[in-house]
Amino acid sequence: MQRIVILGGGVGGTIVANQVARQMGTELRTGALDITVISESAQHVYQPMFLYIAFDQVVPAEAQKPERDILDRHVHLKVGNAERIDREAQAVIMQDGEKISYDYLVIATGSRPAPETIPGLTEGGHIFYTEEGALKLREALHNFQGGRIVVTVGVPHKCPVAPLEFTFMVQEWMKARGLGDKTELVYTYPIGRIHSLEPVANWATPVFAERGIESHIYFNPENVDPAKRTITSLEGETLNYDLLVAIPPHRGQDIISRSELGDAGNWIPTDRYSLRMEGADNIFVLGDATNLPISKAGSTAHFEADVVAANLVNLLRGGLGSVRYDGKVFCFIETGLKNATYIQFDYAHPPKPQEPTEMIHMFKLAYNRMYWLTPAGVL
Amino acid sequence: MDDIKVIDARGSFCPGPLMELIKGIRQEAVGTVFEIWSSDAGSAKDIPEWVARAGHEVVQNREEDGIYKVQVKKVR
Repeated sequence: MQRIVILGGGVGGTIVANQVARQMGTELRTGALDITVISESAQHVYQPMFLYIAFDQVVPAEAQKPERDILDRHVHLKVGNAERIDREAQAVIMQDGEKISYDYLVIATGSRPAPETIPGLTEGGHIFYTEEGALKLREALHNFQGGRIVVTVGVPHKCPVAPLEFTFMVQEWMKARGLGDKTELVYTYPIGRIHSLEPVANWATPVFAERGIESHIYFNPENVDPAKRTITSLEGETLNYDLLVAIPPHRGQDIISRSELGDAGNWIPTDRYSLRMEGADNIFVLGDATNLPISKAGSTAHFEADVVAANLVNLLRGGLGSVRYDGKVFCFIETGLKNATYIQFDYAHPPKPQEPTEMIHMFKLAYNRMYWLTPAGVL
Repeated sequence: MDDIKVIDARGSFCPGPLMELIKGIRQEAVGTVFEIWSSDAGSAKDIPEWVARAGHEVVQNREEDGIYKVQVKKVR
């Protein structure tokens, strides 16, 4: 029997499990193949909904479903915390001591927000990258009566369009509440333009000017003083705020360091085309867990999962597993509460943003509800 | 090259080579030397500009076969 173990029940891991299961149903039914997904939670969470939770447009229950309901019924689901990966034994060791052996391992452990790496941020600021953080921000926004909102961006972070989306959305939200004139909006970004993608920055810069959004470039948040309500960058600039909303720096998961597989940030060295862990033939890595210089986004994990699933099926059938990932990423960008655009790019082709339209916004809202077809391996 | 950390950011439109360097600088120790590889000519200019603002040091800045390679030392 061949055994595939998938560590992580997010979008990437779940797609791999379902796509392989769909193509190898006979092997699964006859016991020639076993697929096990290990997830720390029984719930599958669609994280992009956190942005909408902050604006009270969605409640947490709408952003999750039981992982068991999404997985093919022939795939085993193990809910629990993994302690480490033992490469020599080809097994994942769970915290309760259980050993789950693999012939092929897929590491899809994602990343975690690490606001604690910026002193004072947890006490003095808000994040919307966790359910708890989004709910706390929802409360703060609900009670906000105007003042200076600072949106700041740490490195590295996932969902690279979220800082712009939040900024555009919070401005329209304040206006809709009659607080537009009492609100000052400040946006900071780590590099020398207001978005990493040059075409997006070129599009957004005049929009900022038109909407009166103040921007500070080359601003990498270093520390926050919650008592004085100030944030200081490592470049030496200090800004005052009444409400601080941070896109926090992220780290790879701690199991990566416990397994001694990652770099100092717990990111796993990964081949950019084959998506195999460097120096390993039977370990694939996808999504935020890699050290690849591409966007940490659900769509990245999705397109990588397609490649990993195709290679696993090919390998199990005696092939060489030579399907390559081309670096494809796709992101919607909300440009307010009523319009949106999108970008698509890969290693060889830069993005070309389209003019925002209401139709794209409606499609984004529809996709939020259709998302469940993606981990199911349908869409 | 053993003690230089290579950051292969070729083909990286987002987050891009400079953001990859900032990630490296945030997570590695003072004294680490990075060599960022970029396929974007703009990196030869915008990486040194940020390095100067952040108080680090450009060790080398060169082009090899259309790849821009900038070495940066974390000094604080």
